[in-house]
Amino acid sequence: MNRRKLLSRVMETLCLVAVLLALLPLAFILFYVIREGAGALNLDFFTQIPKPVGEPGGGMANAIVGTLILIGLAALFAVPVGVICGVHLSEYPTRRFSSLVRFAADVMNGVPSIVIGIFAYGLVVLPVKRFSAIAGGFALGLLMLPVVIRTTEELLRLVPAGLREGALALGATRSRAVFTVILPAALPGIITGVLVALARVAGETAPLLFTAFNNRFWSTSLMQPIASLTVQVFTYAISPYDDWHRQAWAGAFLLVMIILSLSITARFAVRRLERMNRP
Amino acid sequence: MTVIDVEPRTSNAAAMIMNEAKIHVRNFDFYYGPSKVLHAIDLDVPDRQVTALIGPSGCGKSTFLRSINRMNDIIPEAKAAGTIRIDGRDVYAPGMDVVELRRRVGMVFQKSNPFPKSIFDNIAYGLRLGGMRGRRQLAEIVEKSLRRAALWEEVKDRLDTSALALSGGQQQRLCIARALAVDPEILLMDEPASALDPIATAKIEELIYELKDNYTIVIVTHNMQQAARVSDRTAFFMLGKLVEVGPTNTIFMTPREKMTEDYVTGRFG
Repeated sequence: MNRRKLLSRVMETLCLVAVLLALLPLAFILFYVIREGAGALNLDFFTQIPKPVGEPGGGMANAIVGTLILIGLAALFAVPVGVICGVHLSEYPTRRFSSLVRFAADVMNGVPSIVIGIFAYGLVVLPVKRFSAIAGGFALGLLMLPVVIRTTEELLRLVPAGLREGALALGATRSRAVFTVILPAALPGIITGVLVALARVAGETAPLLFTAFNNRFWSTSLMQPIASLTVQVFTYAISPYDDWHRQAWAGAFLLVMIILSLSITARFAVRRLERMNRP
Repeated sequence: MTVIDVEPRTSNAAAMIMNEAKIHVRNFDFYYGPSKVLHAIDLDVPDRQVTALIGPSGCGKSTFLRSINRMNDIIPEAKAAGTIRIDGRDVYAPGMDVVELRRRVGMVFQKSNPFPKSIFDNIAYGLRLGGMRGRRQLAEIVEKSLRRAALWEEVKDRLDTSALALSGGQQQRLCIARALAVDPEILLMDEPASALDPIATAKIEELIYELKDNYTIVIVTHNMQQAARVSDRTAFFMLGKLVEVGPTNTIFMTPREKMTEDYVTGRFG
């Protein structure tokens, strides 16, 4: 075998090893969570609320619904604001204000989630002196916001300039061109970005600790503290009870499944939307 | 936001004749920032004829074409001076409604630009902008426009599929149909066939020939034979100036200017 082929073989092997190393932790996490969590899942887990300390059984129905409400609120807040910001950035890319927004979004993306939580605590919780679902959703929305802004901007910029000209030449105003041609052309990608961001914040614990707090009871009120899978898993995991540990594993397993299904939904949603974007 | 400054020159406006051409250009200058790219263009485009704009790359013919429907407005620091009148109305007058102007003056681009929507929605786009909603009415005009662009037979069974699935030549005819749907009086074409193979090009040229019965067409082309084949009149641009304009035959056979002769015979450019 000559030198070139040997080198090629060596590099190939190195690549393979690197991929395996990267996938290994993921495989272990999944394996462990499934082994510990799947066994602890039962119907009660989905239908019951937590039992008082010492009583066996109970479930996380309230936390499952709570997590869904929280990420719903986060999306409700972050998607409109983020998409409109992104449109502004792509429409007026060279303005001073735009570079300021872009910089702010990048900085915000790097702010630790616990700090975002403290911010939401100061802004939403302190004035009314009550933890609430709204505060939690707001904190998660803030975490999503920079991702939504930047994804929207990047994807809008990828839309060919010819489409804008085509729309303008047919008598569209600038805003009509953006909202009827350019944004729809970028929409599949934007939705993927939003769902990926949503999946990320669904797994956040820290920003919820002093915003949504937690709730041992059934509550769907937006003005009351609300349970979430992540905080519930955290609470149960650091408790001294075996039964709670099992439930924490089940919660972790369910969380992974929710995030997985969000990603899969993203794929399918986009595939349908992309129908017109593909030849 | 105003990016175009208008400086009407009234000196020869008084000399306006009643029997004006469809597009009437006098003393038209155009600037990109500090650089002047069009110098005192005077040109009459007659109604329902094909006028070809020829000239070497960078001579300003595309800029001139895009000045007619004010597509250059979107370029920052672009500035126009002089007048372009369509049916006697100055398109750069302060009260001009650009949206309405662009509905009367359709445009087809060098690179076909179908929207990532269905074939139907592409054609209906301009109509919907104008507020038309009735599905039956839309369908009627979509069919009529596609027939006019000689595309109907090829796509009538797949109006709901993506326009991006069409071939390059079909996409360009779709763009022509899309422009025709809003019923313009003038059609501006910026090298509409330069990215197409000879068969698709022939189809577009045939189409232009048919369309001139109903539309005033201005076409920019790099292809001498194409200009000779499709146009009634030809205008030769060079370094931002209009060198010569006249009946296509005259420009190609017996041009007045040496420069025109050199260009059309392929001695430069």
